[in-house]
Amino acid sequence: MNTSLFLQLLINGLIVGALYGVVGMSFVLIYKASRIVNFAQGEFLLIGAWACWWLLTYYQLPFYVGFPITLAFMMVFGVVLQTVVLRPMIGEPIISVIMVTIGLSIFFQALIKWMFGVFAKPFPPIFESPTMNVFGLEVQTVYVASLLISILIMAGFGWFFKFSRLGLAMRATAFDQQVAQSLGISVKRMFALSWAISAMVSAVAGVVVGVVNGVSSALSVFGIKVFPAVILGGLDSVIGAVVGGLIVGLLENVAHYVDSQWLNWGNMYEIAPFYVLILILMLKPYGLFGTKDIERV
Amino acid sequence: MASTNMIPCGDFKTSYAADTTIFPTVTSRNAVILGILLLAAAPLFLDAYWLNLLIQIGYLGIAALGLNILVGFTGQISIGHSAFFGFGAFSSAYLSNSYGVPVALAIPLAALMTTVVGMVFGVPAARLKGLYLAIATLAAQYILQDFFARAEWFTGGVAGTMAEPFSLFGFAFDTDQSFFYVALAATVVMYLLATNLMRTRDGRALVAVRDHYLSAEIMGINLTKYRTMSFGISAFYAGIGGALYAHYLQYVSVEGFTILFSIQFLGMIIIGGLGSIMGSLMGTAFMVLLPEVMQALTDSLAGTSLDRALNLKDSLAFLREMAIGVAIILFLVFEPDGLAHRWRQIKAYWKLYPFSH
Repeated sequence: MNTSLFLQLLINGLIVGALYGVVGMSFVLIYKASRIVNFAQGEFLLIGAWACWWLLTYYQLPFYVGFPITLAFMMVFGVVLQTVVLRPMIGEPIISVIMVTIGLSIFFQALIKWMFGVFAKPFPPIFESPTMNVFGLEVQTVYVASLLISILIMAGFGWFFKFSRLGLAMRATAFDQQVAQSLGISVKRMFALSWAISAMVSAVAGVVVGVVNGVSSALSVFGIKVFPAVILGGLDSVIGAVVGGLIVGLLENVAHYVDSQWLNWGNMYEIAPFYVLILILMLKPYGLFGTKDIERV
Repeated sequence: MASTNMIPCGDFKTSYAADTTIFPTVTSRNAVILGILLLAAAPLFLDAYWLNLLIQIGYLGIAALGLNILVGFTGQISIGHSAFFGFGAFSSAYLSNSYGVPVALAIPLAALMTTVVGMVFGVPAARLKGLYLAIATLAAQYILQDFFARAEWFTGGVAGTMAEPFSLFGFAFDTDQSFFYVALAATVVMYLLATNLMRTRDGRALVAVRDHYLSAEIMGINLTKYRTMSFGISAFYAGIGGALYAHYLQYVSVEGFTILFSIQFLGMIIIGGLGSIMGSLMGTAFMVLLPEVMQALTDSLAGTSLDRALNLKDSLAFLREMAIGVAIILFLVFEPDGLAHRWRQIKAYWKLYPFSH
């Protein structure tokens, strides 16, 4: 038993898991509002991180200027994407809609590789001291900041859906589009809004991961890893996405620990969530918090 | 039932046999036979480069047809097709290398092994539908990809594995010219099998499951059985395609079977036409020729200011991926029924010429 490694991995898992949770939330947001499974979620992280990196290195903008510009850009990007590509798909079979997001995903991935190359580029340093001491453990400042940001975003989501007018309108739309429309809510606007918020929140996660690991196309892995998280939590539950994200983050690192200490299979860090995914789909396909209206056939 | 040369104006089918016939007229049957004969003569006047493309269309087309049976005919979505394709390639190489099974026998055996693996991942498929199945096959893709890299006894690990060339009665089909006939024969047989499958009770059951699974169930169709069966058939086709691929290249690397490849398969059937057998082949041809067209385009732009500004030459791989993504999106938005539908419209136009509108 290597206790300090185990603890380190647990903390890593918590932090990565919180980020999965954030990405999962933005995934669930789109799914709840417009019933679209967004396979291009990882590309939102990618585009957000690269946009921010580009502003910070080419234009030498300070972080507190470049970051809001990135968010504004992502908002516009999300709205444009929804209006141009996904609005014509309303009413089409689910396979077509899934395929459109897959098409978007490989398009943007290739575009980003074309524009910025395939190698990871480091972010300019944002914090003054790279590491800090938490309960006797060396932890990177960025990790702590990312955990705080994740918690902030989650709290923000909670407030938004519980108390704000727009959030309530979005919940109404998710509940029943026709009823929402008859109450004077513009369903089109709600769809666009959900994509905008989702793109922005994903971009925040993208920037955080970019600051930690450098910006590269590996960021889009988050878009894949988000599936085990949201399926575990339940596809249409925001809380489920957070819980699922944390569990998947911890699970990855525990699997990595077990593997490195005893099994030596290698690569468990990447693969364990997918085994769990298959298991959940077989045992409890609606997840921990999802609506149990999925028919078993 | 092919007895007339032309289809009479209007729809005068009076029997089920006339409705399910493969070739409605003598002319259409002769056209297909003539086409196959022309292709059989292709090695005489095409060089190895074009033959290579045609062989690719053959083995990829078989796998794409399998995916179309699953996605287009049964309405189940799979994002893990390339993993099954890869499994077929590795198992065929493994059977012929380790057990000395003749290649001609190893290919169908490998396809059966792939079917078994497909069924394993098809168990959640039997209970889930739509997007949940998409996610389950996504997991299958990553798990199998990991398995390929890990299982050295089976795949040779990261080094990959060599495969014997296809041989029959002591004659080795190890050149482009000779292997072309293997690919052609396999493609014709597999496409005929699928066409006939869709004319049987089982084939119609698959379509019924796609169109309205509740009605299908009420009519006595066992959903679990047909969904799993469709998954198995799809894996079988992927296995045949993959095995042909292995024995054509005579080397299988673990790196080729990525999710991008799976998405390419999906792109093929979307571009060709979901739920159309010939469409699978058209879409495959489109997808195989797309990089060639991109290559030709960048070559023609070489040296111009646009080329220098965008660095087209070195980014061909990315341009190709982008083109695949754009093609998928454009086809879904503007022509959801694919090339097969476009082809039917062209035929209808000429059928009514000059009075079409």
